[in-house]
Amino acid sequence: MLTPEDSLPFLLGLAVLLPLVSFFVIFLFGKWLEQLGAHIATGAIAAAAMCSLTAAAIWMAQHAPPATHHAHPAESHAVISQSSVHLTALHDGEHDHDHADGLVHGEHDEHADDAHFVPPVYTGHWYSLGRFYGSEVAINYYIDALTIVMFCVVTFIATCIHFYAGGYMHEELHEVTDHEVTLADGTHLKRPGRYHRFFQYLSLFCFSMLGLVIAGNIAMTFVFWELVGACSYFLIGFYVERQSASTAANKAFIVNRVGDFGMLIGLMAIWASLATFNFGDVDRNGDGKLDPHEHGLFSLLRPAGENGLHELRVPDGMVLQGAKERVEEMIVAAQPGTTTADLESQILAQVSLWRDGKAKGDATHYGYWLLVIAGVGIFCGCVGKSAQFPLHVWLPDAMEGPTPVSALVHSATMVAAGVFLVARFYPVFAPEVLLVIACAGCITLLIGGSIAIVATDIKRVLAYSTVSQLGYMMLALGVGGWAAGVMHLVTHAFFKSLLFMCSGSVIHAVHTNEMTEMGGLRKKMPYTAYTMLVGCLAIAGVGVPSALGIPFGFSGYYSKDLMLEQAYLFRSANPLWGSIFFYAATGGAAVTAFYMFRMWYLTFAGEPRDEHRYKHAHESPRVMYVPLVVLAVMAVAIAWPIFGNYGLTNVIEQGRPIGLWSDMASLDGGYVWLHESKSHADEIRTPVGLMAFGAAMTGIFLASAMYLWRVLDPTDARRTFAPVYKFLVHKWWFDEAYDVLFVRPAKVIAACCVWIDKQCIDRLLHGLAWSVRQIARCGEAWVDQGAIDGAINWFAAKTYSTGAALRGMQTGSLRQYVMFIVVGALAMFVLMSFWSYGFAR
Amino acid sequence: MNFLTEPVGLSHFLAVGAFLFVTGVVCMATKRNTLGILMGVELVLNGANINFVAFASPYFREDNLGLEGNLLALFVIVLAAAEAAVALAIALNYYNNHSTIDVDKANELKG
Repeated sequence: MLTPEDSLPFLLGLAVLLPLVSFFVIFLFGKWLEQLGAHIATGAIAAAAMCSLTAAAIWMAQHAPPATHHAHPAESHAVISQSSVHLTALHDGEHDHDHADGLVHGEHDEHADDAHFVPPVYTGHWYSLGRFYGSEVAINYYIDALTIVMFCVVTFIATCIHFYAGGYMHEELHEVTDHEVTLADGTHLKRPGRYHRFFQYLSLFCFSMLGLVIAGNIAMTFVFWELVGACSYFLIGFYVERQSASTAANKAFIVNRVGDFGMLIGLMAIWASLATFNFGDVDRNGDGKLDPHEHGLFSLLRPAGENGLHELRVPDGMVLQGAKERVEEMIVAAQPGTTTADLESQILAQVSLWRDGKAKGDATHYGYWLLVIAGVGIFCGCVGKSAQFPLHVWLPDAMEGPTPVSALVHSATMVAAGVFLVARFYPVFAPEVLLVIACAGCITLLIGGSIAIVATDIKRVLAYSTVSQLGYMMLALGVGGWAAGVMHLVTHAFFKSLLFMCSGSVIHAVHTNEMTEMGGLRKKMPYTAYTMLVGCLAIAGVGVPSALGIPFGFSGYYSKDLMLEQAYLFRSANPLWGSIFFYAATGGAAVTAFYMFRMWYLTFAGEPRDEHRYKHAHESPRVMYVPLVVLAVMAVAIAWPIFGNYGLTNVIEQGRPIGLWSDMASLDGGYVWLHESKSHADEIRTPVGLMAFGAAMTGIFLASAMYLWRVLDPTDARRTFAPVYKFLVHKWWFDEAYDVLFVRPAKVIAACCVWIDKQCIDRLLHGLAWSVRQIARCGEAWVDQGAIDGAINWFAAKTYSTGAALRGMQTGSLRQYVMFIVVGALAMFVLMSFWSYGFAR
Repeated sequence: MNFLTEPVGLSHFLAVGAFLFVTGVVCMATKRNTLGILMGVELVLNGANINFVAFASPYFREDNLGLEGNLLALFVIVLAAAEAAVALAIALNYYNNHSTIDVDKANELKG
């Protein structure tokens, strides 16, 4: 129990299950619990947070995180030998394999020492769901530094939001009059409060999210993936009576299904060729050795290799799957008399040639594109869940849900799950997939940022900002910045949930989402105003650029600089795409600063634009602003490099997956992904730091000029750029385009189906029903009424007439009955005498 | 053979039993008075009892019923007592309902 092998799965498993228990308790007894339900849910998630923090402490005590940028080989080896016996066992076994280096060209000179680094990982097995010929689908866990970080982030933010929601949702304790729903008779809808139901869904969401993070295989990930999607659906549609809310819930669900379809294809590609879903190696039978079928995806795709770099290698299963036709040709061409074993060994001998395109007269890299398809398929799921282009349209509409939901589900955790999955699955992605990811991220960040500039609904600004920031993370991951992307995931979770909760506090006070009706609120609600200012500074990435000597700033500063550095590094190897990515990201940073400060000025600065709303505004109760302050502190300090080797950066660096310690190149060598540690060089950090600082300052300055000092008139700008403004206000016409491209055709097809259904199928069915009825009518007349009824009636009539005939014997006279007895007895006596003396002879 | 000159044997008992039985049956068949009918029933039962006792006696036949015959007779007496109690109750109720004990007046169950 005291070793991390036992205690980490126990603690984290407990953290997963506590919210589930809370869900069931509220689900069963919620009606009677009332406010107690919220306390149970909050207690459960707070206990889960305690478990996670304890697990983190145990983890750090066991595995000292490496120094930020240069892991010392000796240290990392120590970590390996302590951490997981099976990983080392695996890599000893792997040395026997022969393989030619063909796919991945690494330039691993200066960091060759780091290359041996295998991250500490705990894998294990909880419950087996099904076995198929040695393969298994199971509930198992994969715990590495990333899991630990995600657990702490999710449970901590969720705890803050549970407290906050306890105050925010208090109206739901009594009967609610929904002013946004007008009934047919002109009155507003009255309905019972749903306080407990809200917390019930929050608990279910926390369970699913934590399950998703701890999942040890991609099938389990998929299940929890769908569960968080379902929770999101319930929570967006919390005010289900509002047309907009139910439509938004449906939209979110359907758009996510599109992405999940791709994910299913990826899953099938993996299962069909590798017959395993596990991330890591799991010693299922517990014999202390790793059998071939116990290998997980990561060790199949990233064998140690001759230089110990764990570079990407297409696994045998995928090669065979890709070269199916060649295998069939070999079987057909086999000499008669060849044994199966011989043929098998011949085919296996070909595998490495096929893999590297070195087979005679055939330069195809068999299986490589299958790997790419698997990666892109998995990424499709992330596109849907993380609201990336082209499936980003659901996230802004999801703001119909209550604000704590937007803070928890639609900014900090669930939408970041897509980024998490990309980070988790990183060793499986071929370089081509990374390019796709980077492109999607780049487009998304531009779309989200540009729309956020013109949005006037305070939550929509934040929603588009979330879309844009998720794009940033994807871009960072796509250009090879694993730690940068994950770092931004964490810092973004803190400051974006803070921003959403602040906006919720404002909405709570003024009962509107429109920023045009706010203004000057900082005097009325100081806590909210200044915590939100902290959030804005954090997301803008304000800090002292490293060129000035002491790099120090808000949390967003660290992560944004890391991402920009990586994009800059990518540019140095791939000028065209790299330039696009880098300038998009830098411009995006300026845009981010601009729209965030625009939002803050419109809400809190200047004169109140709506006197009535201003008069009724008030600071939120303490239960709501204390979580704001806590999160604001985290948003400032979470990434500070003052904790020695135990800072956020170091722990994330420790989670860097296997095989990410060398440069990568695409199959044709046209694109090169340089290793992330190179981006920390001073010649990159200095210019990038200055550019990022300049971008943030430009954005803030422009916003101040337009909305604080009023030097520039926003309406003027709007008039000057009227076509652009119109384009942005209509959100790049995405909804309209999808309406024309998908929704309307779907409706036309549906109408056709309805017509066929009504005109053809219904008519056929009605005709059949009519003929059956006619047959039944004939049957009734002849068989039922004639034969069966006749027989029964005849029998009844006979019985009746017999009874009537015998009635006369019942005279009612006692003496007559006695006579009957006597006469009867005599008659029997006489008859018996005759029988025995006369007839029987 | 002369029935009257013979020494007393089984046949004499049977003759007395048969006489009692027939008397009882005739009494039942002819009386209109409920109590008279009950007396007839008692006669019939007693006629049967005499037969049982006669067949039980070891002096008349080798293969007699023995003690079982006497026991059966005892049972019949007990039964008769029970029957008399029930029948008298019926008679009383009958009198309450019809103000008479003439059985010919009871013809409600006539078919």
